[in-house]
Amino acid sequence: MTEKTVEMTEASLFPGKRRLPQVNPVYFVLAALLCAIALSNPNFLEPPGYLNFLKRAAPLAILAAGQIYVIVSGGFDLSVGSVITLTVVGSSMLLDNNDDATWWVILVMFAIGAAVGLINGLVVSYLRVPSLIATLGMMITLNGAAFMWSSGSPRGYLPDTFRFFGRYNIKGMPLIQFLPVALIVLVVVGIALFWLMHRTNLGRLLHAIGDNPRAAQMSGVPVERIRIFAFVISSLSGVTAGILLGGFAGVSTDVGTGYELQAITATVIGGAQLLGGRGSVPASIAGALTLAAIFTLLNFIGLPKPTRDVVQGLILIVAVVLATYRRNRAGGR
Amino acid sequence: MRRFLTTTMAIALLAHTAQAQQLNFDDPAEFAKQRDQLTAKANGPEGEPWVQYYGDSMVDTAKYKKDGPYTICFSNAGVNNAWRVTGWTNMQAEVKLHPEIKELIHVDAEGSDDKQIADIDDLIAGGKCSILIVSPNTTAALTPAVEKACAALPVVVFDRGVQTKCPISFIHPVGGYGFGIQAGEFVANNVPAGANVLMLRIVPGVDVLETRASAAKRIFDEKGLKILGQEFTEGDNAKTKSIVEDYLQRGNIDAIWMDAGATAVAAIEAFEDAGIPVPVITGEDQQDFLQKWKTDGLKATAPTYPTYQWRTPIIAAVKILKGESIPGPEWVLPQPAITAESLDTYVNDKMPPLHHAMCGCETLPAYPAAWGGK
Amino acid sequence: MISLANLARPFARERMERQAPAFLLAAAIMIYAVTALSLGLTRFLTPEAAISILNRSIALGMTAAGQTFAILVASIDLSVAHLISASAVLASVIMNGEPSMIIPAILASMTLGVVVGTLNGLLITKLEVNPLIATLGMSLVIQGCLASFYTSFSGRVPSEFQFFAYGEVSGLPFSLLVLIALVLLAWLLLRFTRFGSNIYSVGGNRDTARAAGIKTARVVVAAHIICSLCAALAGLYLASRLKSGSPWIGSEGAYDLESIAVVVIGGTVLSGGRGGIWGTTAGVVIFSLIDSIFNLAGIDAFAKQVMRGIIIVAAVAFYAVRSKRMVA
Repeated sequence: MTEKTVEMTEASLFPGKRRLPQVNPVYFVLAALLCAIALSNPNFLEPPGYLNFLKRAAPLAILAAGQIYVIVSGGFDLSVGSVITLTVVGSSMLLDNNDDATWWVILVMFAIGAAVGLINGLVVSYLRVPSLIATLGMMITLNGAAFMWSSGSPRGYLPDTFRFFGRYNIKGMPLIQFLPVALIVLVVVGIALFWLMHRTNLGRLLHAIGDNPRAAQMSGVPVERIRIFAFVISSLSGVTAGILLGGFAGVSTDVGTGYELQAITATVIGGAQLLGGRGSVPASIAGALTLAAIFTLLNFIGLPKPTRDVVQGLILIVAVVLATYRRNRAGGR
Repeated sequence: MRRFLTTTMAIALLAHTAQAQQLNFDDPAEFAKQRDQLTAKANGPEGEPWVQYYGDSMVDTAKYKKDGPYTICFSNAGVNNAWRVTGWTNMQAEVKLHPEIKELIHVDAEGSDDKQIADIDDLIAGGKCSILIVSPNTTAALTPAVEKACAALPVVVFDRGVQTKCPISFIHPVGGYGFGIQAGEFVANNVPAGANVLMLRIVPGVDVLETRASAAKRIFDEKGLKILGQEFTEGDNAKTKSIVEDYLQRGNIDAIWMDAGATAVAAIEAFEDAGIPVPVITGEDQQDFLQKWKTDGLKATAPTYPTYQWRTPIIAAVKILKGESIPGPEWVLPQPAITAESLDTYVNDKMPPLHHAMCGCETLPAYPAAWGGK
Repeated sequence: MISLANLARPFARERMERQAPAFLLAAAIMIYAVTALSLGLTRFLTPEAAISILNRSIALGMTAAGQTFAILVASIDLSVAHLISASAVLASVIMNGEPSMIIPAILASMTLGVVVGTLNGLLITKLEVNPLIATLGMSLVIQGCLASFYTSFSGRVPSEFQFFAYGEVSGLPFSLLVLIALVLLAWLLLRFTRFGSNIYSVGGNRDTARAAGIKTARVVVAAHIICSLCAALAGLYLASRLKSGSPWIGSEGAYDLESIAVVVIGGTVLSGGRGGIWGTTAGVVIFSLIDSIFNLAGIDAFAKQVMRGIIIVAAVAFYAVRSKRMVA
């Protein structure tokens, strides 16, 4: 029944020409931006250019791919930035430069991440706290907790085994010279999250509860459990992004700051509809890459940070206006 | 249309007044003064820079003499970065050396001017303080609050100053120009004329950081070096590394100058990952940078903004309450740079990555555990 | 016209919603009193101490009063923090130490507030942008514009204008009186005017309100103008308090998220239509009390942050857990 609802909304969105409009405009925007970067800086076409770009964008892309689960289910997750911080600070505390501990520390971090997502989900589902507030509270709490844990300043180094994922490149690849491990992580996580959302029943239920929670509940969808699941996925993507960021650049106590809003922005640029019901993993990843490409381009052009802020703000608004316009024209809600 | 006009007018107004209003962070007189202080001989006991001072101006504090035990109140701008964490630990340890101190009341403004003003009000109203120490969040904003406190209590200010002479003493190291000079001259002396320098800064607009940059720029201009760019890293490792990677893609970097060292290692890693030798670089006294410098044999220097200055206010406070005179109205502390010669003295792999080595804390109680060391 | 939503509201829930903030406030006051007594700090239980506690949160109180309007119409405003900075800098730059420029500066700040509020409102109503995104985008634009012109403290506030933050009228801080007046005004507006009841109707159910002949877009835009005006006022207050405007004053106080937190702690629901200014006032006082309690007990800032996060969620859960509505 719920499957049908989703299918139907999609069909009514794109009446007639089903194939053509289905291509999300974010892909065209991304392509155009990449061309612009290549024009302003030909070095970008060399493998170190675009591979470094992808390596750097990987954490945000993974974060956006996780955030879209919560967005589709109708909520927000503002706590992911603090999950990143907690992951980096916590790992450095637990590892303390001990190469052998990497694997179990990563496991512990994923367990903490799952717990954070579980708490977010429980608070939203059973205490009925709006996710904006629930995850805002979580964000404040976790940032404080990371500081408490480390007494304000990181106390240990991250060993190379841990930094492998975010920093290292596999050398000697044909054609592209080298392959960043972070990129492999992005592809693997991206495919897994894509499959989970777009090829399983779970993903359909997720769309259903975001589209109309009441109807979904009436038709027997376990709304609470699925919502909790979405928050857990989002938190786990935060831990993954944290491992990549910690690996890329080492320990610091404010790594995650601002990532929550960037992740939400990325999904919105990817055409996701806030308050639920619509969104896709690949488009969110493309949205994240678009955001990263905008930053890179503005950087290459040599615009100062304030101008970058203005441009980011305008693009954010324009993206949503265009999406609404498209939906309205297509005869959606 | 009317709305559009108003907006345009407001923006035009902003733009118009912007030029006239920027504060002056490039003062040649202050530059020269600090350059002289860097090489001058400080007064006071050898090997204890936290009680040394330049000049011989003293303030008489007999009128503040009071019987112990003392309650010292401290309004802290925040412990929101590694430098302040090290400093705050120093201060707490220094208190343990003075049995006449009954209590240290610490209020943390969490980096907010507004909260710090309220905190100072509360401390005055609380009536428990024998003396008030203030580490202002910003110079301009805290001036009225400090003036108000001066009327009720003896006040000592350190780190950043205030725009009033009312505190008994303002304790600070040589200053931002000094930092910029030490780092700038090292770069200028180690690269040929016309070399490319990348300046990595944290954020614009902060007085103590702006002066570092203006001093360095003055030196680079004098020596005819080319400034590739001034980039703001917001103290973020990932951003720092990305910025350096981008510059490396576009061309050659002969030297990196930094206004603070927390992200120095991230900058170095950008070169490592690109397979390019690390150029001349300046950092600060963070352990991670010092260790990297030593193991990789870098051509580097580390000016400091010594965290031992957090010990001095406690020492000054006790002296004031005992009626002993102290250096004032400014107590200028030495501000040594760590160089290749002195590097071995400060490297210590038992300390955490962002521990500031110029802490003067090795002989304090609870060292090294309280600083996170082993 | 009496709003439909008002009529439809069940009496019992309304009573519970009115009393809950008072209950939370009483709890906070009790914890504060117990902390002060157990530490032997009776000095902190005097009327002067009470005023000093209230004085901690003037800027937050002003911003939150405005945010209440935005949230009541089922919107939200994330741009207040940077608007506060912009207003503070604008005022301080225009005054530049000249007493004669006080009035123009205040007018300029207020105009800025009206412009930003109108733009926010139009984005949300005419272009149908999600309020979160619209105001987040606006916030980035303001921040960028401000930072391209000003990177540090700019301008100077004449001593006459410092009366706003430091002056006293018959023993009470002038700024506190301004805040009280603002709250009373907001209350009158919400409780006794047609505009007020329209706000509740639009927030309760936009379609029903539209069907009932309310020009919903106008109400939303007006709510956003009020919200931005309050933020601009908070900016003026902070400029007066700090003697000068700095481009980071708003974001440094995290007034965007704090004001939202305070409003929801006060029982106004994010989905709009229910709540009010008294709840927000209670929320602001609760936040000040938390601050004071932690200062009294000497708990470090990190632990305080952890507690704060938990308190926000717990307080909202306290209201929400009884409701049958589904949230997301």
